[in-house]
Formats: sequence, structure tokens, C-alpha cells
Amino acid sequence: MRVPLSWLKEYVDIPVPVDELIERLTLAGLEVVNTEYIGVLPPASIRHQKQMKPGDVVTGPGRIAWDREKIFVGEVVRVEKHPNADRLTLVTVDYGAGEPLTVVTGAPNLKPGDQGQKVAFATAGAVLIDAYADTFKTKKLKPGKIRGILSQGMVCSERELGISDEHEGIIILPQDAPVGTPLADYLGDVVLDIDVTPNMIRIASVIGVAREVAAILEAPLHIPMPTWQTSPPPAEAYADVEIIDDDLCHRYTATIIRDVQVQPAPFWMQHRLKLVGQRPISNLVDITNYVMFEWGQPLHAFDYDKLLARARRIGRDKVKIIVRRAEEGEKFTTLDGIERVLDKDTLMICDEAGPIAIGGVMGGLETEVSETTRHVLLESAAFEFINVRRTAKKLKLPSEAAYRFSRGVPPELNPIGNVRGAQLMAELAGGNIAEGIVEDYPRPQPVVEVPVTPSDVRRWLGIDLTPKEIIGILKRLEFDIRIQEDEQSPEPIIWATVPWYRLDVTITADLLEEIARIYGYDQIPETLMADELPPQHHNWPYELEEKTRDILVAAGLQETINYSLTSIDNYRKTFPENPEAAPGPEKFITLANPLSQERSVLRRCLGVSALENLQRNLRYTDRMAVFEIGLGYRPEAGDGLLPGEIRLLAIALAGPRRPGHWLPGDEEPMDFYDAKGILEVLFQRLGAWEDVTFRAERAHIFGPKAAGIYLKDEKIGNVGEVHPKVREAFDLGDKPVVLAGLRLDPLIPYIQTRKALQPISEFPPVKEDMAFVVDENIPAGVVEGLIRQTGGMYLKAVQLFDVYRGDPIPPGKKSLAFSLTFQSPTKTLTDKDTAKLRKKIMNRLQREIGAVLREA
Amino acid sequence: MSAFPELSQLQTQAQAELAEVKDDRQLEAWRIKWLGRKGLVPAAIKKIGSLPKEERAAYGQAVNQLKQAVQAAYEARKQALREEAMAAELRAEGFDPTLPGRRPQVGKLHPVTATMREIIRIFAHMGFQVYTARDVETDEYNFQLLNFPKGHPAREMQDTFHTTIPDVLLRTHTSPGQIRVMRERYPEPIRVVLPGKCYRYEQVTARSEMMFHQIEGLAVGKHITFADLKGTLQAFVEQLFGEGRRLRFRASHFPFTEPSAEVDVDCILCGGKGCRVCKYTGWLEILGCGMVHPNVLRNGGYDPDEWTGYAFGMGPERIAMLLYGVDDIRYFYSNDVRFLAQF
Repeated sequence: MRVPLSWLKEYVDIPVPVDELIERLTLAGLEVVNTEYIGVLPPASIRHQKQMKPGDVVTGPGRIAWDREKIFVGEVVRVEKHPNADRLTLVTVDYGAGEPLTVVTGAPNLKPGDQGQKVAFATAGAVLIDAYADTFKTKKLKPGKIRGILSQGMVCSERELGISDEHEGIIILPQDAPVGTPLADYLGDVVLDIDVTPNMIRIASVIGVAREVAAILEAPLHIPMPTWQTSPPPAEAYADVEIIDDDLCHRYTATIIRDVQVQPAPFWMQHRLKLVGQRPISNLVDITNYVMFEWGQPLHAFDYDKLLARARRIGRDKVKIIVRRAEEGEKFTTLDGIERVLDKDTLMICDEAGPIAIGGVMGGLETEVSETTRHVLLESAAFEFINVRRTAKKLKLPSEAAYRFSRGVPPELNPIGNVRGAQLMAELAGGNIAEGIVEDYPRPQPVVEVPVTPSDVRRWLGIDLTPKEIIGILKRLEFDIRIQEDEQSPEPIIWATVPWYRLDVTITADLLEEIARIYGYDQIPETLMADELPPQHHNWPYELEEKTRDILVAAGLQETINYSLTSIDNYRKTFPENPEAAPGPEKFITLANPLSQERSVLRRCLGVSALENLQRNLRYTDRMAVFEIGLGYRPEAGDGLLPGEIRLLAIALAGPRRPGHWLPGDEEPMDFYDAKGILEVLFQRLGAWEDVTFRAERAHIFGPKAAGIYLKDEKIGNVGEVHPKVREAFDLGDKPVVLAGLRLDPLIPYIQTRKALQPISEFPPVKEDMAFVVDENIPAGVVEGLIRQTGGMYLKAVQLFDVYRGDPIPPGKKSLAFSLTFQSPTKTLTDKDTAKLRKKIMNRLQREIGAVLREA
Repeated sequence: MSAFPELSQLQTQAQAELAEVKDDRQLEAWRIKWLGRKGLVPAAIKKIGSLPKEERAAYGQAVNQLKQAVQAAYEARKQALREEAMAAELRAEGFDPTLPGRRPQVGKLHPVTATMREIIRIFAHMGFQVYTARDVETDEYNFQLLNFPKGHPAREMQDTFHTTIPDVLLRTHTSPGQIRVMRERYPEPIRVVLPGKCYRYEQVTARSEMMFHQIEGLAVGKHITFADLKGTLQAFVEQLFGEGRRLRFRASHFPFTEPSAEVDVDCILCGGKGCRVCKYTGWLEILGCGMVHPNVLRNGGYDPDEWTGYAFGMGPERIAMLLYGVDDIRYFYSNDVRFLAQF
């Protein structure tokens, strides 16, 4: 809501400077998000930006100060033709000091022979906006010859003064503008742009803001209740009103204004409308808008003759307004000329011939006021706000009126708006008003009374206020107070009757907010919670996540966070060999209103996100070693309505193991075993390693170098080198890309227990190497597993250190060399001890997998 | 000596071979050959048993001398080799300390994770524990139970991603977790922080993201006041941004709190004098908060005549942007390593 201070001051005294006003409003919930200074300088405290110099670009209207010594209200003494140019005129202006000056202008609204107009007159040296620049750029006015005639100043347009974009002609001020007054004093203004929170629609009007200012600053408020002069016959003679669907329309009032003259509204009204951001149209339309910005009541003006003609067409001699729901599929042309198809939840203003307006949203083309309108039916109504919002949204018809109706206009405001609008039409359009108001008011606005006590204030806000202080605050907000003294109750109950113009206060908490806001949030002390400390609970999934992050960061991986949203197409790319096996749309949570197709479903796993991430990053870097912990969303794992949200980890590796270095290092691309090694560290650190196996398995996304990750016999994930076709589809180059993905929750039990410390042996360990020749198809993990099982309590470590194929190993076989560490907690192991264990291991391997010990 | 020429010969040969030894490995081979268990010197000693008795004493003395001499030669050679090696090590020609070192590959947390941890750590000291709630929510939990009825204009403040399942949406804030934790914990008092991802139907620009994080705080108890809320947030801000920071509580509106406030901290860049970052206001908005609305307490199972509570919510991205001077929120989820590497 844009609020010109000059307008606001009509209703409330403002005893503080502008900067303080802005601060106080903002703290009290009327956030001033922007302030425009029209022709005046901001106060010193907010004059943070550098002063404007000629040539500077300003961000929009406003922001230049009109020099009191150089820009004045002037009066046109005479207008003559320019001797050397058809389109230019010479204007002589009296600006109250010395001799009148002559200027050359091209303004189309001054013609030779004119005189007496009041204008904004700038003399040499004044800083104005350069009206011919593309941006709002300032320039300094210099006297100069235009087509041979000296121009000693300028008659200004709104654009040149920085009031608006308007540059069609110069400003013509009202006749009573005092010649010689500095323009800054006459027209200078400050416009506050106040953010209207949804509960504060009452401040979407200048009077609404004035009430708040009065309450916040304890300043006198003077709001004139509108009155009118009427003449017979009464309004009932012209029209009837009936509300059929009173759940959607709570009150409908109408007045009749006869014999209006349609013409432009006067300068002051146009000027104010421009300042609040509304384009002036004609006096009738401008008056409806003006009352809306003044009081908050949107009005609609119908052309009464057109309504009467419609009534007569169907044999009636009186207009009847009927408020009802539309029929499903009913058609209606709104005043923007577009035919709308309506549904049964749309509230229509109708007459007996059919719809004439969409209630609270937009009028109809057929009955709108025009230049030829003679009589007006002026509507002022109150609608159910949620329905108006729904309709305006559905029809995509946002408007200032719908904005207010969709947040709630109190029915008690309706007649005020009607009287004010009719009175202005009488004053500014020469109309005369029929007596009285025709209305239907089936659901009178309830009077709301809400209780509050000093202990409520203490319990909720943490401050001690006396009943007198509470009452004082509520009275500033125009609540009526009744005090209930009860013998059982240790303190009085303060009953506050909510002012009619507020629909947002219904319960005690609403009053407490008002008390806090006016008392001042800054006056409430800061205390530390005295309440008992609640029982503490573990959050194991979160603790596991955090622990996993730490381990992986220590393992050299960079954490990433990717969008949870992706596309089904990207999923299909990960099924290079069998696209049909890719999950179909039913396996995804799909957005009804995606921003783009690339981000239209929730991801099921993190691998696709990792590939998208690599795709972006491998353009800038040749090495990526990253991980992400996040959720995968799986409808089939959910409760039928909401999807299962599975906590997942993904690791992605690409590029050299170590970046190039002057020392010989390992610049080979990372492969399967890099990812596996990181996972080994992870499982080890989480205490799960002994239950983890990697089994030769190949999920859709991988090439042959891949494995399933098992925790005991439960599959928890996959790791592998990405299939070359997947690499190609994501544009990842021709070096290996390794991905690992797994579910984290199965690991939770491992962090819930702590392993007891193993005693550290005092006796020396014995290292023994053993190499076995086995069939090619026997995995090393199986061999290692058998060794561990057989080695007994003395076997402390098994490390595979060599895999060898070729002479003298026969084809189809391989040699696996292990380093075994034996150690006893109680004695020094002898050669005999270890020889026995070696033999036992060898026998077991021979028996179960046909292994042959390879002699050194 | 002359009595046992073969011993003299052995000694000469051992010393000659020892002179050829160049390194520890050769020395060890030499030792095994000469002094090892099956070496030549022990073999010579063993021979004593096969000699006639009268020769034994003389031979024994001689072979013992041999052993000592060979052993001494060995020790001397070993020492010499060690000194040579040290001398070589101490020469270190061509050493250049300015050549780059071998860096271990180190990983880092995402800046949003790091910021959230910092925030969570501070609140943990005040007794707040982490509660995690789901991302995909129902309209009921995301809006209705938080006092946003269907069609309510306050919903306009939170443009929503809807799914193709009726009334299922991506949460627009972490606040539905308030209802979930209350329903789970009743009748315990509550002190939790709820971190998580949120989504809004907004065009992605330098200032707004369709996905972002929030950390919400919730305290419910029998003696919780707005003054406590102010005290808690003041303590938090001083921990995060430094002692002596000033806070400003502005009245505002959220349907699920009443009274509601938006909280500004004096600009951490200009100290309140006015700069580009604070848009010359001297203040930076960092969080929203308020007393839990009675309807919301009731929806969580807590009787508002008996219990009160406060809630607050903030955006870790916004805070990370302030702490690290990041001017474009899109950096966080494009995961450009050139960005991530800087934290």
C-alpha cells in the first residue's frame, strides 16, 4: 500500500519526523519497504545514498529534490507562437518574483492565446529529470536559445519533476495554487510503501494507516464521517436488491446518483491516485478507486440506464440486483472484453436478465460506465473472502478490489463507502443523489468481544502490565472496554469489543499480539527460559548421517547437496541395456506444477543427482570425489498416501587418484577399488565391517566392474564403474566414473552400541605369507573368508597383497598372496604354533575350493 | 697362527670379501656366509670336535681369535656403512624446499551443512535437540494444522509445489514438523530444532531458490514467554555473529504464531551505518518467530490454557550468505566445485 504523507496528514497528526515515523510503523508490523521522496530530500538519517548530481541515474520517479529557490508555482501570463517553429510556443510565466520570464516549450496542452494556467516553473540552475533520456537521469537547466529565441526556464512535466512517467504535456496545477510558492512546499511529498500482511488488510487504505499511526504515536485522529445531500425520489424507486447466496455475500448496498457529467477528475484526485499507483480514467471510475484507497471499500459503478434497458427488455420497469452463484458453465463477458466460463462456486451480481458482474472481482462489459453515462448505480458490498480469492485466482483476474475483498471487507464499511462515493459524484460530477440506500444485509457483522487478563499477558508475553496499562493500549486501538470484576477471580477480566473495521481479532491471543505490538516488542525484556528441561531423546538417523559425513570428509570427499527434483528422462538414461526396465511414472512423486521438465519428479535415489552434478562440474575440473546424503522418495515404500523417504548416501568419483604433481604419483583414474576402499573405511569406522560383504552383481547403471553391498544378507546398496553408455548419455568423457549408493538406516544399530576395547597383546606378532593357486572364478573374498574362519583366535589380520596370473600358474587359475598376522595375548608364538595354523588353513582351502599352496 | 694356516686363510678371505661389501644387504649376506648359524666361522669352530685332544686347546684359541677378529671386522664395517649412509643423507644435493608438497586429498562439508551444524550446536547448548520430519507432506500438516485454512490469503506468502496426488505437496517450510513433534512427544515439554529441505514454487534467481533449507526451533512448556523467545534468540545471535550484536524485533504475521515477529540483526558488514548489503537500513533480516498460536498448540495436542510455546525459523543459506559474503543463492545447489572448494 502506497501512502502519501500529504494525504495521511488529513486524518492524523504526525508529531514525529519521517524517519521516526518509518521506524515506528515498521516495528509495529507496518513494514515500510520503500519510501519515495517527491521533490523533497530524505531526512538526514536516511540520506545514506550519495546526493544526486546532474547526470546521475535515479531508480525511478521521486528521488530528486526541487530547489526551493529555483522551482515555483507559476502563472501563465501569455502564450504566443514561436516565430521560427510551428510546434513550439513562447510562454511567459509570472513566478512571483521580479519580471515574468519567457520560455520556449513544445507542450501540447498550452496553446497560443492561453493565459491564467498555473504551472510548475523551473528557473535556470534547477536540477530536473532529463525527460528525453531513456533512464531517469538528472540534468541542470541552463538558459539557451531554442530556434533563435532565448528560453529562460522551463514549464515542467511530471516526468521532468520526477513525479511519474507522464510527459505528454506539462502539469497544470489547480487554479488556487499560490503563485510564487516553492513547488516543494506545494506539491512535495513522501510516499511510504507499506507491506500489508494478510491479517492487516485494514491498512490497505489511507484511513486504515491513519488509525494505526494514531495508535502507535498516540496522536490525535480526525476521520470525517462522510455525509451527503440527497433528493427524492428515494433509491428504492430505482432498484431492489436481493442476496440469494448469503454465505458468499454478507451485505449488498446500492445508491443511485442521477445526472452525472463524465469528465476528468480534478487535479488533486488524479494526483493522489497517481501517487498510490492508480491511473486516472474519468471522474466516475476515479471516485470508486479513490474511495477504495481512502476507506478500503471497493466500489463498483454501473450505468443505470443500461441496467434499466435490460430490465425493460424482459418486461420489468425497475432494476433488481440479485446476488447468486453462477450456474455451471454459465458465460459472461467481463469489462476487459473477455468471455469467461463460470462454475457454480463463482458468485455473480445479476439482474433479472442475467449476470452483470463477478462479485468482488470484475464488472461486466455491458453495464460498465462510459463517457455517455447519465445515471449511476453505485455498489458497495461485502463478500466471503476465501471465495473471492478462489475466483480471482481461477480467472486470473487480480485487481485492487479483489485483493481487498479476498482478505475481508467488513460489511459495516459498505454504507460508508456508498455515502462517500455518492457524495464525491455529486461534488465532482454534478450528480444528485437519490434518498437512502437500497440494501440486503442478511448476515449482520457480529460484534466481537474478547477477554484478556493481566495474567494472560504475563503468561504469554513475560511482562507485568496493570489493568490500566492494558486498557490504555487497547483504547489507543479503539477497542471498547468493559471490566468484569469477579469475586472468585483474583484479577479483573478486561473485555475488549473489537472495532467494526477489524475482522482479525477473535481470540485472546489476537489481543495479546495487539498489546505486545503497541507496548513495543523492544520494551519486552530478554529472559532465559526458566522452564524445566524436557527429556532428551536420541535422533539416531540424524546422528548416523552426521557421523557418516565426518568419516567421508576425512576420507577426502567433498560434500554436495543436489536438488531433490529431477526428470524421468534422466532415470531412463541409467538403463542403457534395457530402457524398458526403467521405473515408470507410477514409481515417482510427480509435481503437478513443475518449474521445468528437468525438475519435475522427486528423485528415487541419489545416483542420478550425482551424475547430473558430474556433468556440470567436469566442464571445469578433471577430478571429482564427492558424496551426498539425502532422501530418496519412493511411493511404493510409503503409507499409501505419502511416499517412503529413504535416507541414502551416494559417492561419486571421477578423474585421477591424485592430481598431477612434480613428484611421480598415482595419476591413474580412480576406479572401482577407490570407491570400495572408501566404503571399507566407512563400514570399519561405523563398526559394521565384519557384517559387510561385496557380492559380484551388476545393477543397471554399471558396467561389469560392479558389486552389490550386503549387510549380513540384506542388500543395502551398489558400487561400480558406470556403464560407458551412461557416461556418454551424461557427457562424462571416456575415463571411468565410479558410483556407490546405499541406504543408511540399516547401519543405525551399529552406532547404537559401542564395542569394548580389545586388550593389546604384550607378545610379538608373527607375520606369515601364504599364496594360493585357485580357479579364476573363485572370488578373493571367499578365500579370505575361509582363511579368517580357519585361522582361529591367533589370526589377527589378513591382508591380500598380490594377485598374479601367468607363468608358472596354469591358465584358468590365479595366485592370491596373503600376509597373515598371528599373535597370542598370552605367549610368544613358536614356529610350531604357526606351522600348525598354516597347515590347518591350507587343508581347509584345499578341501573346500581346491586351492594349492604356492611354494615360495 | 701359523699352526693353523687354514684359519689364517679364512680370515684373509673374510676380510677381503668384507671390503667388497657396499650396502646393508650385502653386509647381511656376508654375515650369513661367515657368521651365520651355518656360516664358515661356526663351521671352523665345530671342527674342534674332530681334532685330537692335544690339538684342541691350541686350535680352540686360534679359532676363537679368528671369530673375534671376523666379528670385529664385521662391526667395524657395519659402523662404517652406517656413517657412509648418514653422510650421504646429510649431503642432500638438489633439495629445494620451495617445490610443492604432497598434499593429502581432503574433503569438506557443504557450506549449508557447516552452517546448519553451527546453528544446531548453539541451540544444543540451550537444550534444543534435533528432530527430523518428512519432506513430502500433506496439505493438512503443511497448512491446515498450522492455521492456514484452505483458500486463506496467507497461503499466498508460500507458493507451493503440488504433486499429482491430491493434497500431497512438497513442504514449503519446516513448520509441519512442529505438529509432528508435538503429536509424538505429548505430554512432555519440548525443546527441539527441526532442520530440513523446503521447496517453493519460485523462479530461481540470485535471491530465491526453489529448494532451500530451514532450521525451525520449537519450545513448548508451562512457563514459556515471548521474553524467553527474545532472550534465546539474543543468545543465539551473539554466539553466531559475535557478542554485542543488537537485535530488532518487528511485529509481523505468520498464521501459526501470535504474536509474530521478524527479527533483524544490526548489519554485520557495516555495523548499522548503512551499506549495500543491508540496503542502507543498517539491519539484516535473519529470522521469523513468535508465540505458538493456540490453534496450533491444540492441533499438536497441547491445551493452550495450560501450555505456551514459541517457534522460530531461519534460512541457513541466508545466514551462510551473510557469513561468507555470498551474493548469489544459486551457488549452493549448482555445487560448482570452484564454489565448494572455498569453504
